Amino acid sequence: MAGNNPSSSEYIRHHLQNLTFGNHPEHGWSMAHNAQEATDMGFWAIHLDTMGWSIGLGLIFLFVFRKVAKTATTGVPSGLQNFVELMVEFVDQSVRETFHGRSRLIAPLSLTIFCWIFLMNVMDLIPVDWLPGVAAKVGEMFGADPAHVFFKVVPSTDINATLGMSLSVFALIIFYSIRVKGLKGFVAELTLHPFNTPNKLAQIALIPVNFLLEFVTLIAKPISLALRLFGNMYAGELIFILISLVGIWQLPLHFPWAVFHILVITLQAFIFMMLTIVYLSMASEDH
Amino acid sequence: MNLNLTLIGQAIAFAVFVFFCMKYVWPPVTQALAERQKKIADGLDAASRATRDLELAQEKASETLRESKDEAARIIEQTHKRSNQMIEEARENARAEGERMVAQARAEITQEINQAKDELRGQVASLAVIGAERILESSIDEAKHRELIDKLAAEL
Repeated sequence: MAGNNPSSSEYIRHHLQNLTFGNHPEHGWSMAHNAQEATDMGFWAIHLDTMGWSIGLGLIFLFVFRKVAKTATTGVPSGLQNFVELMVEFVDQSVRETFHGRSRLIAPLSLTIFCWIFLMNVMDLIPVDWLPGVAAKVGEMFGADPAHVFFKVVPSTDINATLGMSLSVFALIIFYSIRVKGLKGFVAELTLHPFNTPNKLAQIALIPVNFLLEFVTLIAKPISLALRLFGNMYAGELIFILISLVGIWQLPLHFPWAVFHILVITLQAFIFMMLTIVYLSMASEDH
Repeated sequence: MNLNLTLIGQAIAFAVFVFFCMKYVWPPVTQALAERQKKIADGLDAASRATRDLELAQEKASETLRESKDEAARIIEQTHKRSNQMIEEARENARAEGERMVAQARAEITQEINQAKDELRGQVASLAVIGAERILESSIDEAKHRELIDKLAAEL
């Protein structure tokens, strides 16, 4: 659907711009009308589309699961309960296989991560122009210029969303590390590995090196977690946008990419969940 | 691609969702699963127990059946024996009674014979007396006497 007035690059840029509300240095708290304004807002801005879709999808997930949980019977389960139990058992098994400690948090955390990210990724399969088109129409009704109504429907193509989750996981990693090993143990893990000598003086000299290595290892966890999901989804979304630019030929191209993308979205949700479990089990293991 | 408040908003939403899931979704579902698991295990247990019970009951039933058959056969045999015995006894009694009656009849007959003989004897004596009287009344004629005596003898 390459429009006749916007050029291809404008079209792509429009699709990759979030609906941003923030504190602009000149206009105060307002909607950003273009990418430059959104950038000018700096940190004090919020992506309404990302927040709206992610919270909406999260609520759908919780609503469905809560509904089943409330009426869960020990008898013969109905269709929806079957599905929920399947998910719960799948996540529970994954957690059991990887995480050997006892925690009431890890399993529900993993379930939330898997289902939520999966739902956010699934938004990628909706043709790229549908929801932004609806948003443009709605924006027009409220008197906004449709060219300035940005709408990104896949929350996981927003680095803020993925980083927000991975930083939460990072906080949990640190929390578990300190809880299991104590603050001293945690600091020792950061400073006394991987180079270790019985010589006290040499050990002190090695602390900065160790710390540098271990700190990078530690910080790489949330960053890689966030960037992997973001990168995969962003690239997939970009390809969908490019496909939609080729006019009538988009149909035979769109379908195979969407089919392939089903694999990607499931896999990415699964990887995020598994890595979270692995990181947390590493954090709560005393070596 | 700006890092902004969305990051924090997303983290908060994430935390709330995880909390909700941990509090209200996960426990009931896993509890239901565990309960169903227990129920199925109990059911299988009960089934195997019932099978064992059934086997036991069948064994017991067949044993009882065999015992009652034996008992019935024993009772029938006993009854046969008893009835034979009763028939034998009855037969014995009848024979004894018959013999007794025959003996009695015989005794009665003998007695009557004796009585008849006695009577006869008396009559003979009186006849002899009467004959003698008549002989004495008539003349003594040998031919006549002979005839008379013969007549007497014939009357005996």
